[in-house]
Amino acid sequence: MAIKVLNPGLLTSVQDLGRPGYFHLGIPVSGAMDRYAMRAANLLVGNEESAAGLEAVFVGPQLAFAEDAMIAVTGADMPVKIDGEIQPGWTALPVKAGQVLSFDFLTAGARIYIAVAGGIDVPVALGSRSTYPIGALGGFKGRAIARDDELPVGRPSGRAISGRGVPDDLRRENPVPVELRILPGLYDHRVTKASLDRFFDEEWKVAPEADRMGYRFRGGTPLEFNEREQPFGAGSDPSNIVDSCYPYGSVQVPGGTEPIILHRDAVSGGGYFMIGTVISADMDLIGQLQPNTPARFRRVTMEQALEARHARAAMLDRLRKALQ
Amino acid sequence: MKPRYTFGGDEHLFVEVDEEMSLDAFFKSLSMTRIIAERAIEGVTEICPANASFQVKFDPDVVAPGALLEEVRSIEAEAGKADPVLQTRLIEIPVFYQDPWTHETLMRFRERHQDPQGTDLEYAARINGYSSVEAFIAAHSGSPWFVSMVGFVAGLPFMYQMVERGRQIQVPKYLRPRTDTPKLTVGYGGCFSCIYSVRGAGGYQMFGITPMPIFDPDQKTNYLEDFMVFFRPGDIVKFRPIDRVEYDRTVEAVAKNAFKPKIREVEFDLRAFNADIKGYNARLEGMINGD
Repeated sequence: MAIKVLNPGLLTSVQDLGRPGYFHLGIPVSGAMDRYAMRAANLLVGNEESAAGLEAVFVGPQLAFAEDAMIAVTGADMPVKIDGEIQPGWTALPVKAGQVLSFDFLTAGARIYIAVAGGIDVPVALGSRSTYPIGALGGFKGRAIARDDELPVGRPSGRAISGRGVPDDLRRENPVPVELRILPGLYDHRVTKASLDRFFDEEWKVAPEADRMGYRFRGGTPLEFNEREQPFGAGSDPSNIVDSCYPYGSVQVPGGTEPIILHRDAVSGGGYFMIGTVISADMDLIGQLQPNTPARFRRVTMEQALEARHARAAMLDRLRKALQ
Repeated sequence: MKPRYTFGGDEHLFVEVDEEMSLDAFFKSLSMTRIIAERAIEGVTEICPANASFQVKFDPDVVAPGALLEEVRSIEAEAGKADPVLQTRLIEIPVFYQDPWTHETLMRFRERHQDPQGTDLEYAARINGYSSVEAFIAAHSGSPWFVSMVGFVAGLPFMYQMVERGRQIQVPKYLRPRTDTPKLTVGYGGCFSCIYSVRGAGGYQMFGITPMPIFDPDQKTNYLEDFMVFFRPGDIVKFRPIDRVEYDRTVEAVAKNAFKPKIREVEFDLRAFNADIKGYNARLEGMINGD
C-alpha cells in the first residue's frame, strides 16, 4: 500500500516521536514539533504512539490513497476533506481506495499531523523515521515530501474504530497570547537582573523566522549585559560564549536582541549565550504558533516545571484511556 | 577552573567546566563525562561533551534533578585526579586552501563581512599579524588541531589549535551569518577551526575545502560504513595543503570509494604536551608522515 503525493503543501515531512541519543554528534532530536498531537493521531488509527506520520505546516498536502485506509488528522485547525467533503479533525476517518485527502485553509495553530493506520513505513535511520533534511537523514529519502512521491504504508493493527474522536477537553488548546514557561539558568548571569525581569514582563511576538530549528521572537527590549572581559575563545560580542551544547528548548538571545527558542531540528551547540530553557511541558505549544502571535514568557522554578510535566503526563494518560 | 552547575529546563543538567577555552578544561570535562558514563546513572539518557562544558540529558521521572546534580558534583574531585591521557587517532586532512567554491560563496556574501574589500583569508591573515595569506596558511596547516567538540550540525568537528595561547589564531564570525556554505568547507570562528560536514548556513570565515567526506548518512563511504559520523572528541587533526590537481584526483578517488584517510593510533598526554609543545607537535608530525 502506498500514498501518492498529488501536492506536498508548503513543507510536509515524515516525523515520529524523534531520534534521541545522537545529539552529542550534532544530530538533532527531530520528530514532531507537537508530539501530543502526533501521539493522538496515531492512537486514533490504532498505531503505536511512536509510528511515523506526516507533519504539515500552514498548508495541508493533497494525498491519493491506492487502497482503503484509516486516517486521522490532529494538531492545528485546518478543515479535512476526503474527495472534497469536509470531515472532522481529531477523528478516525475511513478512506476508500482512489479517494483523495486534502485540506482547507488553516484557521488556528500552525501544524497538522496526519496518521495512517500502519504508519508511514520509510526505513528507520538511527532509531527513527523522522526527517533531518540538513543531514539528508531519515524520512522519505532524507527530505520533505514532493509531488509524485509514493509513501509506503505499513500493516494496520486493525485496532482503529472508525468515527471515534478525541474528547474535546483532550484536544489542542489555543490560548492567545500564549504563555511559555521558562526555567531561568544556563548563562542568565550574563545579563542584568533588571533586564531579565523586563524580559519576563514584556509582551513578545513570534517573528517570521520560525521553523523546526527554532522560533524567533521580537517586540521586547534588548537585554543589557553585565560588563566583563570576554573569556578566551568566546568571541568578542557580549552575547558570545565558548561554544557549548544547546539544550533542547533553550532560549538564546544573539546580540541580546531577539530570543530564539531551539526546537526539534536545532543545531546541537554554538557560541550564543542562553538565558534559560522552556520547560518540557510547553514545548508542544511552540510548534502551533503562527508568526505574529503574541507571547509571554513566564519564569518558573524547577518544582513548578516538574508539576507541569506531571500534569502534561496525566493529560496524555487520559488521552490513552479515552482511546483504549 | 571552577565548574558551574545549572539546569537546562527539567531535562538537562548543564556544567560549564570553565568560562574560557583550554585543553585543561576539555580534559577535565572529558574525565567528568567518562565517570558519569561509567556510573550508568539511572535516568541519564545522553551525555554531550562540548569544548569546555558538557550537558547531561535526563528523565526527571526517573532521577530527581537535585539528586543528579549532587551525584555529578561529587564526581568533580575524582575527575581532577584522572590522568589527562587519551588513546586517540591522529588524522591527516587534505585541504585545498583558496579554492574556487568557497571563494565564490564568500564573494556572494561579502556585504555580511567585516572586510567587504578582501577575502576571508586576507582578513584573517591581517588581523592575526601575518604578512601574507601564504604565511597564514602555513600557520593554519603547520600545527596539529584537537577535536574538542562534535556538533552544531551532524558530525561537524570544532578544532582547537595545539600551540601556545599567544600564537593561537582568532577571528570573529561573519557580522551576519551566511545562508550558504559549501559542504566540506574548512572554516574558522573565535579560536576554533571547523569542517562543515554538510552544506548550509554558517557564520565562520571560510579558508578552503577538503575533498574528504566526514558525514555519510548512507554509510557507503568505506571508512564510514560502521558509523555515519567520522569525528570523535579527542581526535587530533593535521591539515595538509593540497593543490587543484590533487584535490581533483582525491575527489575522483572518493567517488570510486577508493580513498582512505591517513590515520595513526596515538596516545596523547596533556602534561607532556604542555611541557614541550613544539617538540610534542614535531613528534606527532613525524608519526603522520612516517610509514
